[in-house]
Amino acid sequence: MNGVHDMGGMDGFGKVEPEPNEPMFHEAWESRVLAMVRAMGAAGAFNIDTSRFYRETLPPHVYLSSSYYKKWFLGLEEMLIEKGYLTREEVAAGRAMQPGKALKHGKFDLANVERVMVRGKFARPAPAPAKFDIGDRVRAKNIHPTTHTRLPRYVRGHVGVVELNHGCHVFPDTAAMERGENPQWLYTVVFEGRDLWGAGADPTLKVSVDAFEPYLDPV
Amino acid sequence: MSHDHDHHHHDHDHSELSETELRVRALETILTEKGYVEPAALDAIIQAYETKIGPHNGARVVAKAWTDADFKKALLEDGSKAIGTLGHVSRVGDHLVVVENTPQRHNMVVCTLCSCYPWEMLGLPPVWYKASPYRSRAVKDPRGVLAEFDVTLPKDTEIRVWDSTAETRFLVLPMRPAGTEGWSEEQLAELVTRDSMIGTGFPRTPGAPS
Repeated sequence: MNGVHDMGGMDGFGKVEPEPNEPMFHEAWESRVLAMVRAMGAAGAFNIDTSRFYRETLPPHVYLSSSYYKKWFLGLEEMLIEKGYLTREEVAAGRAMQPGKALKHGKFDLANVERVMVRGKFARPAPAPAKFDIGDRVRAKNIHPTTHTRLPRYVRGHVGVVELNHGCHVFPDTAAMERGENPQWLYTVVFEGRDLWGAGADPTLKVSVDAFEPYLDPV
Repeated sequence: MSHDHDHHHHDHDHSELSETELRVRALETILTEKGYVEPAALDAIIQAYETKIGPHNGARVVAKAWTDADFKKALLEDGSKAIGTLGHVSRVGDHLVVVENTPQRHNMVVCTLCSCYPWEMLGLPPVWYKASPYRSRAVKDPRGVLAEFDVTLPKDTEIRVWDSTAETRFLVLPMRPAGTEGWSEEQLAELVTRDSMIGTGFPRTPGAPS
């Protein structure tokens, strides 16, 4: 979706403000939110792409004015309601009012903690040979799905060069919408800064994205 | 709220709770009462994030690459696999790509769409990495962004920005500082900063205050 989360190239957000000796969490509740998201994801309530989609679909003014973990919280709460793991009445009451729904991987308990401390595996067997080779010129498609996608707006329509092939991975566009893993070849595609940002752009700049094969056309 | 699971919080004496804090507590209560999560397991996740991951992991990998040419070669070929051979570093997921800074090319990592970051190597990302200014400008005006970190590159150095748009993760291998000949891995690791592995900083130089 063409949401405010897709920020590459936008102006007006001001300076980057590094915080010296930044703590891992600024409020205790932030750590609870992080843990709940990781736990419920590991228990099988949702996949990582779905959780990203729920954050992206927050209204733009909410997305832009909420802190990072507030976005995580709002996305988590809405996702769990919509997936039937809790109800709006329960959220309003602050307590459970009916039995839980079965989780794919069962209750998240201490035995599961180690599992969440290693990133998931996203490589999958290839359903077909790769269409592109390293060095091929490709054009990022001019697509505007209203659902989840990982092709940022700022590369759409532009020509780049395939630099790396990462193998076949879970396709976020379908996984996020719970339409299956639908594995696709994943490439690093590198673009010239001037192709993306015009003749006035930094001539020394190159930008790459990791693009799934369905995002790309041969040139 | 009537709940029996207020284990984490009753030792704190908050006179005022923010709306968000109340909502987060309520959600945890509901998830617990419905049997989805064990609060002690949430505690353990937080503890693991606080103690097991952090830039010290990445720093050891970088220092090893600076002192061991075979390891460096393997690391640049397949980051996850090479790091997997180092028993003392925290476990790393698949699809970690290590990119090398050279006098000709400076690498910088961003996630314009959200906050993708090699957290096993660097810990949880800082707020600025996840915030709009960095996400919006890194791909368009990286030199302007670097200036805000007090980093200046020669004007003909290529800047390569890696936008982490998939489940691949990128770690920058910075250049080894001059004046460190003969240093041990442990000494070198002390020079490796988090930002130098994101590409928004350089390693410390010998003798500079840390």
